[in-house]
Amino acid sequence: MSSAINSALFGWYPYLCLTVFLLGSLIRFDREPYTWKTGSSQLLRKRQLRWGSNLFHVGILIIFVGHFFGLLTPVWLLDALYISHGFKQVLAMVVGGLAGVACFIGISLLAHRRLFDPRIRATSSFGDTAILLLLWLQLTLGLSTIFVSAQHLDGHEMVKFMSWAQGILTLQPAAAGFVADVSPIFKAHLLLGMTIFLVFPFTRLVHVWSAPVWYLGRPGYQVVRTRRSLKPAGREVIAARRPRRDAMTIRPTHQPAE
Amino acid sequence: MSQFLDRLTFFRKTVEPFSDGHGIVTSEDRSWEDGYRKRWQHDKIVRSTHGVNCTGSCSWKIYVKGGIVTWETQQTDYPRTRPDLPNHEPRGCARGASYSWYLYSGARVKYPMVRGRLLKLWREARAKLSPVAAWASIVEDADKRHAYTSIRGHGGLVRSTWDEVNEIIASANAYTAKKHGPDRIIGFSPIPAMSMVSYAAGSRYLSLLGGTCMSFYDWYCDLPPASPQTWGEQTDVPESADWYNAGFLLVWGSNVPQTRTPDAHFYTEVRYKGTKSAVVSPDYAEATKFADIWLNPKQGTDAALALAMGHVILREYHLDRQVGYFGDYARRYTDMPFLVRLAEKGGRLVPERLLRASELAGGLGEANNPEWKTVAIDEASGEPVAPRGAIGYRWGEEAKWNLEEKDGEGRDIRLKLSLAGEGAEFAPVDFPYFGGRASEHFTATEHDEILTRNLPVRTIETATGERVKVATVYDLTMANYGLDRGFGGGNVAVNYDDDVPFTPAWAERVTGVKRDAIVTVAREFATNAEKTDGRSMVILGAGLNHWYHMDMSYRGIINLLVFCGCIGQSGGGWSHYVGQEKLRPQTGWLPLAFALDWARPPRQQNSTSFFYAHTDQWRYETLTAAEIVSPTAPDGEWNDSFIDYNVRAERMGWLPSAPQLKQNPLTIAANAKAAGLEPKDYVAKALKSGDLELSCHDPDDPANWPRNMFVWRSNLLGSSGKGHEYFLRHLLGTKHGVQREDLGAEGAVRSKEVVWHDKAPEGKLDLLVTLDFRMSTTCVYSDIVLPTATWYEKNDLNTSDMHPFIHPLSAAVDPAWEARSDWDIYKGLAKTFSEVAPEVLGVEEDVVLTPIQHDSPGEMAQAFDVADWKRGEVEPIPGKTMPTVSVVSRDYPNLYARFTALGPLMEKVGNGGKGIAWKTGHEVEGLGRLNGVHATGAAKGLPKIETDIDAAEVILSLAPETNGEVAVKAWEALSKVTGRDHTHLALPKEDEKIRYRDIQAQPRKIISSPTWSGIESEKVCYNAGYTNVHELIPWRTLTGRQQLYQDHLWMRAFGEGLVTWKPPVDLKAVRGISGMKPNGNKEIALNFITPHQKWGIHSTYSDNLLMLTLNRGGPVVWISEDDAKSAGIVDNDWVEVFNANGALTARAVVSQRVKSGMMMMYHAQEKIVNTPGSEITGNRGGIHNSVTRIVLKPTHMIGGYAQLAYGFNYYGTVGANRDEFIVVRKMAKVDWLEDPLTAEAPMEAAE
Repeated sequence: MSSAINSALFGWYPYLCLTVFLLGSLIRFDREPYTWKTGSSQLLRKRQLRWGSNLFHVGILIIFVGHFFGLLTPVWLLDALYISHGFKQVLAMVVGGLAGVACFIGISLLAHRRLFDPRIRATSSFGDTAILLLLWLQLTLGLSTIFVSAQHLDGHEMVKFMSWAQGILTLQPAAAGFVADVSPIFKAHLLLGMTIFLVFPFTRLVHVWSAPVWYLGRPGYQVVRTRRSLKPAGREVIAARRPRRDAMTIRPTHQPAE
Repeated sequence: MSQFLDRLTFFRKTVEPFSDGHGIVTSEDRSWEDGYRKRWQHDKIVRSTHGVNCTGSCSWKIYVKGGIVTWETQQTDYPRTRPDLPNHEPRGCARGASYSWYLYSGARVKYPMVRGRLLKLWREARAKLSPVAAWASIVEDADKRHAYTSIRGHGGLVRSTWDEVNEIIASANAYTAKKHGPDRIIGFSPIPAMSMVSYAAGSRYLSLLGGTCMSFYDWYCDLPPASPQTWGEQTDVPESADWYNAGFLLVWGSNVPQTRTPDAHFYTEVRYKGTKSAVVSPDYAEATKFADIWLNPKQGTDAALALAMGHVILREYHLDRQVGYFGDYARRYTDMPFLVRLAEKGGRLVPERLLRASELAGGLGEANNPEWKTVAIDEASGEPVAPRGAIGYRWGEEAKWNLEEKDGEGRDIRLKLSLAGEGAEFAPVDFPYFGGRASEHFTATEHDEILTRNLPVRTIETATGERVKVATVYDLTMANYGLDRGFGGGNVAVNYDDDVPFTPAWAERVTGVKRDAIVTVAREFATNAEKTDGRSMVILGAGLNHWYHMDMSYRGIINLLVFCGCIGQSGGGWSHYVGQEKLRPQTGWLPLAFALDWARPPRQQNSTSFFYAHTDQWRYETLTAAEIVSPTAPDGEWNDSFIDYNVRAERMGWLPSAPQLKQNPLTIAANAKAAGLEPKDYVAKALKSGDLELSCHDPDDPANWPRNMFVWRSNLLGSSGKGHEYFLRHLLGTKHGVQREDLGAEGAVRSKEVVWHDKAPEGKLDLLVTLDFRMSTTCVYSDIVLPTATWYEKNDLNTSDMHPFIHPLSAAVDPAWEARSDWDIYKGLAKTFSEVAPEVLGVEEDVVLTPIQHDSPGEMAQAFDVADWKRGEVEPIPGKTMPTVSVVSRDYPNLYARFTALGPLMEKVGNGGKGIAWKTGHEVEGLGRLNGVHATGAAKGLPKIETDIDAAEVILSLAPETNGEVAVKAWEALSKVTGRDHTHLALPKEDEKIRYRDIQAQPRKIISSPTWSGIESEKVCYNAGYTNVHELIPWRTLTGRQQLYQDHLWMRAFGEGLVTWKPPVDLKAVRGISGMKPNGNKEIALNFITPHQKWGIHSTYSDNLLMLTLNRGGPVVWISEDDAKSAGIVDNDWVEVFNANGALTARAVVSQRVKSGMMMMYHAQEKIVNTPGSEITGNRGGIHNSVTRIVLKPTHMIGGYAQLAYGFNYYGTVGANRDEFIVVRKMAKVDWLEDPLTAEAPMEAAE
């Protein structure tokens, strides 16, 4: 692969993907709030969903956390903590491999369900089916890399990816050079991964942004959202922007006329 | 500003705890909720309803948002009922709630559309010629005409403009009136009650033109001829609230929850009150779930069931034990005491006609119409008397037409029911029995064709010295029901288990219903009536009425009610609900609708006879009169074909004709003048000499074709057009699916009266114009389609027989796209016509023939015999032995001025209805002040009728039901005739005047009027026959009583003098058809039944996406599990249904609900949705009427004879269709006919 192509794909393409990913998500959230949803098909068919969805989500969350910390933890920090590169690689392969298998079973169930249940198939958009198949392919590629990694367990290939990712995130397109000579399987995995970021805002994946993490730390078990201003006062910015209703009115008053 | 930024509230997030921190109040942004809240916000709510013939007539709230109709919900503000009676609401069903879909759907007709080829021809011709000449140049050139008529139904409609379509139509109308006569311009629109002003718009235009308005109630077979036969009343029934007053409800062939959905709650509620209910239905219909007992007779055998119940009731409540109330009711309110002559025929006695006063010495003292006064025996004197109330008392004298127990001279009398008793004479009398004639699909019994039974008679000497035997209708009835009264002789039974017609055991064989169940239901029905003075009710409907011999089922059931004194009693009676026929402000509407304010009489035609002739269904007739004539028929030739009977009825003035004469009626008055004769004398003379010819003798002669046709508020070709494929072939001249050759080709017996053409015409119509808001099947076949306003876009009036309210359709929004209301469309057309017509027409004299009308003195035409002038038996006398002849002046250039003004005849002649008349000067003056008057022009000084609301005000002002002052005048007019004061029924409401804006505010209850036989009061619900029983107003029949005996010659000839059992007729439509075009799958024959929709808006709108989604998205037929198994059909298979008449394709619904031997296809599933090609015809599959063909019944043609006299939609031939059989088989290949067009099929090319 010529260095120009390598630089375009791994030095510049990431920025296209990240820009679309961030800006696209933001615009969609602002302009099309009613499309911001998971699009669950549970009402149409429950079977295969409990196993499929749970295995998939548990697996992918572990993989996500693994990639996030695995790629973005600075190498000096690893060294400072006396975590050997080889150990980290094996850890990634074992944990990622287990999670990947779980995730693979899950996504295969989901894909089968989406493609072969006539009701679900009929109600699926192109994006719904396409993103599922993209994720399935990406997962397959990811699992395939384990076999490549198994041939060199010293972690030096892994450091290349860490350097590349950290380089890109610190706005150094030249970091593309770190991955110029890695296995084509890795390259395919990287490219497809970036592409998933690219299509992310156009698919149901946007629900990732809305993962209900705040729920975990929420005080109280009953939440009442009010339209009157709460104490302490001094938050009149909001009040000035939109007229507020009677202080006691909490329920909507727009009942259909009798 | 931004959903995202607004959520970044980390520094000012306030959280307020409550309940010890278990809950929190947050100030998160809630504006997203507005999205949901706005879903149910709206700018305004407008009251409207659905102008559909479903009888629901439910008031709805129409919601409008941003100028768009968004949805509808039920109105809940009906006036309250009285205590202890549930309120009317909620009214409205899921079908009504889906209507707003149509307004902005793909089905909407948005622009005036014209068949492309016609438009091209028109534009070419119009470039060179004036309008009427341009039209002439097209239709007089056979090739040009064929170019567009032969591709009807094959696409090719293109957009035009209102100016252009109005000019085409007006030119065609003017050309047709000039060339052939205005009666060749016909219009079909049904059921005015569903949108009176819209109906009136078209009929007013046609009537001013001299065109013909077609009937619908009889054509739909919703008219039960038994009602005019028995009561002299088209149809009058209790409102649904009266179900709540019933003690026993017999629901018979009517699927209340499915087809009367908004009324069904009364049925539910009354059962909580303890009312028992029996349901009679061959299939497990939805109504069956209400039943305490379910009787499931073989379809089409209801008359047999009713006769057996009658047998039980007569035995147990009239003979073995006599219930005082029942006997008294029979004596006072029925013809049972009246005397019937017994004719000797070959030494045997057969019941003949009712004895008349004129036949007895001195005419029993009656000088006025003695031949129309019937005779009974007075109990005290034992002598014959002529009781009051007979039709002879109605006309020509005053104050004696009532049901008081008095004779003509005011002596008190008490009529004798039976001649049995001391010194009685007995004689054997013959009764016909038809039960042995059943086809292989029904049970034939082996009893004799003539059943002789003994009964008490009396010998009377007539004025001429002739000694005749007479019997009472009561004694004849007892014998007819096969009841053994100890008079000896055979064919009667004491025991219910004897196999004698019409015992329960006999009925069990014929109907399949166990005899015990029959006896139980009959007893409970009668016992309840005995305990409550007649609060037993029968709800019945299309399940019975659509059979060829519907009269027998209906009269069998009516007899049950009469035997138990239920007619005219609140909570009792005959509840026939088929079609929204109750046009409550009828007498106010008639002048507007038929332009009676400008010219009388209008041209009206009974559609069944018209379509039978002009779609040439008569050329394929398979039923012969010999199959249905009575073995006891009087002497005479009774083997004519049915078109012959119809022709005879037309020329004798019994039935109307359209077109009327072969000659143009605009030319006749001048000929009469030249001959120096009055037009009526000239017509009579010229008919006899042959100078004038009635069109009915040669319907296939181009001179007699209908030429222009308007269809509005209707889907004639997708719904009610029985014999659909014959319509396509002969009336329209396009591709069709008729499978059998006509009688000529088959070498069968042909008509004697009608000219036979070896080649039948194809394409009689020059122009078919349809007004609709959606692209229906009829639109697809039309030459011009005009976009109308929907039910939420126009102002109109609506009433029903199911409730006593009048309420509006109102324009919630303006008509979308280029649509216009029906009123505006016809008004625009009238304007263009007035501009175009002077090219060929000026002020013309039009000779109009009308049949002898019911509720007019003319209904006493031929008292004893039937004499036909054409056969030389009598002279042609207009209004007596032939149609009435009138001359009407048509001012064609001023047609528009007349259309938009209330004409001078209202003030000059007045108004009226059903035989009474009153002055309307005061109302006309009021309308002038309300609507304004024309300042200039041909209508100067006359009240304006410019808008649909003006038109509505005309109706409301002139009708007694909506103007208390008129109601009082009307009751006064009736009081004069009856000699009894009835004004107390309306006096309390004399000052009440209901206006259009009143009913927009709230539905209003109508005011009691003599137009109807029920009243509105705080004490009773609306119930038919109430004023007959409680005000002693006679029924408008021969005897003035409920007429159980039909004594007309033709009735006796066809064995319907008394009710009897007649099996369904054999139409032979599957003979020779099964196996003709095999596809390898098994074929079976089934009876074809077409009940009303569950998933369509009544009988019309099944292309609604919401409704299609609820069922299977296209046409379906229902078959039983057994039949499906034997034909190798599984649920949801595509099947083809066919017979000699054509073919249709549908999916099969295989259901336990259906009885073996029958197939059900819900009415009117359009062929424009999801219908594949037929393997039989090669065309797209048809509609339900592709496999039907109408057959006329001679007894329905009788006229000029008291209650058996013509009235528009009152009497006449009806379009029965349930005796039909079809072949069904699984389809081998489902072809959607979507292959690319080929050079061989250029016909399909839409241009």
